[in-house]
Amino acid sequence: MLSPAEISIIALSLKVAAASVLFSVPVALACAMLLARVSFPGKTIFDAIVHLPLVLPPVVIGYFLLVLFGKKGAIGSVLDQWFGVTFAFRWTGAALAAAVMGFPLMVRAMRLSLEAVPAKLEWAARTLGASRWRVFLTVTLPLALPGVAVGVLLAFARSLGEFGATITFVSNIPGETETLPLAIYSLTQSPGGDAAIMRLCALSIVLSLAALAASEWINRRLQKRLGA
Amino acid sequence: MIEVDISKRFGSIRADEGKAALPLIEAKFSSDARLLALFGRSGSGKSTVVNAIAGLVKADRGRVVVDGDTLFDSERGINMPIEQRGVGYVFQEGLLFPHLNVRQNLLYGAGRATIKNAGSVSFDQVVQLLGIDALLDRAAPTLSGGEKQRVAIGRAMLSKPRLLLMDEPLASLDSGRRGEILRLIERVRDEFSVNIVYVSHSIGEVSRLADDVVLMNDGKVIACDATETIFNRADLRPYTGRFEGGALIEAHAARHDMKYFLTTFKFDGGELVAPGLDTPIGGRVRIRIRARDVTLATARPHGLSIRNILEGSVGAIEDRGGAIVEVHVQLAGRELLARISRLALDEMNLQAGQPVFALIKAIAFDKRSMGFTA
Repeated sequence: MLSPAEISIIALSLKVAAASVLFSVPVALACAMLLARVSFPGKTIFDAIVHLPLVLPPVVIGYFLLVLFGKKGAIGSVLDQWFGVTFAFRWTGAALAAAVMGFPLMVRAMRLSLEAVPAKLEWAARTLGASRWRVFLTVTLPLALPGVAVGVLLAFARSLGEFGATITFVSNIPGETETLPLAIYSLTQSPGGDAAIMRLCALSIVLSLAALAASEWINRRLQKRLGA
Repeated sequence: MIEVDISKRFGSIRADEGKAALPLIEAKFSSDARLLALFGRSGSGKSTVVNAIAGLVKADRGRVVVDGDTLFDSERGINMPIEQRGVGYVFQEGLLFPHLNVRQNLLYGAGRATIKNAGSVSFDQVVQLLGIDALLDRAAPTLSGGEKQRVAIGRAMLSKPRLLLMDEPLASLDSGRRGEILRLIERVRDEFSVNIVYVSHSIGEVSRLADDVVLMNDGKVIACDATETIFNRADLRPYTGRFEGGALIEAHAARHDMKYFLTTFKFDGGELVAPGLDTPIGGRVRIRIRARDVTLATARPHGLSIRNILEGSVGAIEDRGGAIVEVHVQLAGRELLARISRLALDEMNLQAGQPVFALIKAIAFDKRSMGFTA
């Protein structure tokens, strides 16, 4: 039914999206918690920076990533030398680009659900002897879980569709960085690929719908468990 | 033993705003009462004080010491984290964790390491006392207001606190549930070795429960003394509430009348008959006699339904020029307050020092105006 090439494209897309989400969850949670619970000077600016990928042209993000995380980039060179981690022209770079682009969506959803947890419940937990960490893990996070899960799935769906920043940062290398949208783009560049394009478009729609349906399902289950 | 001496100013201090415009809370008191009440109108700063004891609010200056342990001291730079203070807190709204069932809520704080001077109670003891056995597997959001408050009290007690704070725990309950929870709080006070600081603006709750009262008004402590003293002090009446004015009398149950379901209570100034069969003989109660429930007579009346006729003499007469005056009645060292019309005062020609009879209906004392004391 699916050709080996198509299977590898989908596998790569899922791998990139999963990695991007996996690594951005802790950072996004920390940012969301900071925005939801702490007031500090420069919070507005911090909030704006978090939201930047939502409004900037993806190609600009891709270019910044290239400058910072390229082999000779300020951060990329350090990571390469000290940890042997390379992003440039690798699938890890595609995951990084997808993570950055999906980040604001994830933080937004998480922040809203964290803000909906009454701070007084956290007070109550503290007076019962729970440390800040325990309160976060046993009260705040469980109560915010529906929103956190929605944020994760939104970012996952967004990652599956990431194009601009990815192609600018890690180029379009089949088997390494050629995710679903990039493969569709390649096919549009050569004549006579219409049938193949339609197949990939259909796959793309199926994957996105599946992610959205999963998000809805998880959200409902969690809400139900919270008795809401 | 609790010692508090704190001040806290709210809001940001800007150069263009007058400093005096910002609400300032200043509280200094100490007490070793089993149950200490912070009493005052809403907005008088009571909640800020208990929040500062719990560590939820950081005072600008001062210190909080519980049983010799310093929880907060601005001069020595001590501000113990909330979770290490060993201070349980029952909030007005209960604040049960909605994602946990009753059992999990109760046990949330039970694992806390034992704190110096803390009392200890067992899970079964608490469940039995609060009567929440049947609720244990229920989800917290499905409980009624009264049930939530029971669980909240149990949860706080099981965290082994050395001090239990209660901030208006009855305020969001209907009147039926209120009496129920009030009786539970009395039992917690008497049966467990934990001191309680109780915040309320209800004179009924405070006069019934408290050993000592800290009277607050407008961010300041007006007085801190034994409950009886506070509510019987004429100079404090503007704060304890003119229309709730009355006297608080400590009495003990002398005998029951099983035929008429009435109990005779003895106190220094005489005897009172009231419904009260649930008080054991010898059991001490505190009875609040509201000034508006007291009628005066210059001669011992006959043919009246009133059962309580106390003989005394007229004390001070407070005449503020309106329709109503307040007459103090001296009863062998005790004092009652009667609110009568000025017309009656003039027609009866009441004078200080003259003998008088104070009449009180036996049913003027309801459950709400009588409380057991330890």
